[in-house]
Amino acid sequence: MHTVLKSASKEVVIGHDQPFCIIGERINPTGRKLFQEQLRKGDLSRVDIDVADQLAGGAMALDVNMGAPLVDEAGLMVQAVKLVQGLCDLPLCIDSSVIEALDAGLRTYEGKALVNSVTAEDERLDAILPLVKAHGAAIIALPNDEEEIPEEPARRLELARKIVEVATGTYGIPVEDILIDPLAMPIGADTSLVNRTLETIHLVREELGVNMTLGASNVSFGMPERHVLGACFLPMAMQAGLTSAIMDARSPEIVRAVKAADLLLDHDPWGANWIAEHRKREAENKREAEKR
Amino acid sequence: MNREELLKEMYDATLVGNGPEVLDLTNAGLAMGISPEDLLFESLIPSLEEVGARFERGDFFVPEMLIAGKAMSGALEILRPLLAETGVESVGTFVMGTVKGDVHDIGKNLVNIMLEGAGFHVIDLGVQVAPERFVEAVQEHEPDIVGFSAFLTTTMPMFKANINALEKAGLRDRVIVMVGGAPVTQEYADAVGADGYAADASAAVSRAKDLLQRRRAMAAAGA
Repeated sequence: MHTVLKSASKEVVIGHDQPFCIIGERINPTGRKLFQEQLRKGDLSRVDIDVADQLAGGAMALDVNMGAPLVDEAGLMVQAVKLVQGLCDLPLCIDSSVIEALDAGLRTYEGKALVNSVTAEDERLDAILPLVKAHGAAIIALPNDEEEIPEEPARRLELARKIVEVATGTYGIPVEDILIDPLAMPIGADTSLVNRTLETIHLVREELGVNMTLGASNVSFGMPERHVLGACFLPMAMQAGLTSAIMDARSPEIVRAVKAADLLLDHDPWGANWIAEHRKREAENKREAEKR
Repeated sequence: MNREELLKEMYDATLVGNGPEVLDLTNAGLAMGISPEDLLFESLIPSLEEVGARFERGDFFVPEMLIAGKAMSGALEILRPLLAETGVESVGTFVMGTVKGDVHDIGKNLVNIMLEGAGFHVIDLGVQVAPERFVEAVQEHEPDIVGFSAFLTTTMPMFKANINALEKAGLRDRVIVMVGGAPVTQEYADAVGADGYAADASAAVSRAKDLLQRRRAMAAAGA
């Protein structure tokens, strides 16, 4: 199953037979007090740096979230989408829990966006899925409802199935445009949590066959050596069937682990990408050495 | 083992989160005639304060804080009824919850641990707590303070919704409202009409004590 995301000029395909789709997480004010302050003043200059860093790191799509306190999120989303689409040709993931911000972002966006996200709550499904359908976008779906974030993988699968049924049946959204989020939780809070995520990925892959994405940095929250944990977690999740992640694309350690897993899991025919990346680094090292 | 050695060992065992050891030492201490109050205030609480300080400095990580809190909670299970018998009152009652739409609970749990360590009676409502559930809990438990936690900028507006619900139920003046969470600022806390905000778990405890003291002083002056 292929999920195709598009910018004005570029296509990215997410699928079980494709290289893992690295979605850069950085354009997001959560936990960044300075960036929040800037957004409150309408200053988006920091976004330029975030785009450049993530491009250099190997991002294949970019998440855009403008959820800072006391801001006009819809207005900022419009500005940010325009700005980022002017700076690069990667497809974007429009990320907000505010319906107006999603709507504004989708209206502004040129191409086929990914929407982040909808839950299994009826109210959210009814508000967000019509937007997704109207704009021909793809959607990230979280298997939790008003009652709970289910711990049991089987229950997560059940809610994922519900969302797929509503999205395809009621709203006519193609099944390939639904990405299930198997819910990555912090290993620091409970060391059994990642096993449940991995099992959910496996179940969703077997039972629904759809593409998946998750917030990979959640896993290492509150722990030391976060990059090592990310670099270990993602290949495990890829092996279970994860096809993309919203992640730290600026971390060479994590990105290279993903590229290695692409090769090892047969998503990089003849190792062409792996070898090309190696040559690129060699050439850069050589240039650096000559400069000195 | 003498009294000082036991208190020190209990401090060390709490610091590294050795729950069974802390339980054994609690029982041994009581058998030795150490008062529940001294076990709590001379060993458990200072140890947890040190855990909190290390966490704030980045020397301790989330699991270490959680397991130390768990070790202390185990001891508190034994000590709480004894403390009640001997008439040691809790510092105050604190109803706590992560707001509706938000499922993040690490920060909230850390604050709970620190509050318990400081002698508060904490009632944790869990995550995704709707305004009406906060109202019910305030009616039922008549806490001194109610705390709203939000980790997402998108769920922070629930602070205001919760405060409105308390106002509508006629409870706003009867309880101190504290807010917190990663994206929250003092400015935002003021904007939604909260009484208090703190940036981290140990600051939350001192702010809670401070607000409570002021409220009680005002009540005393009024009466």
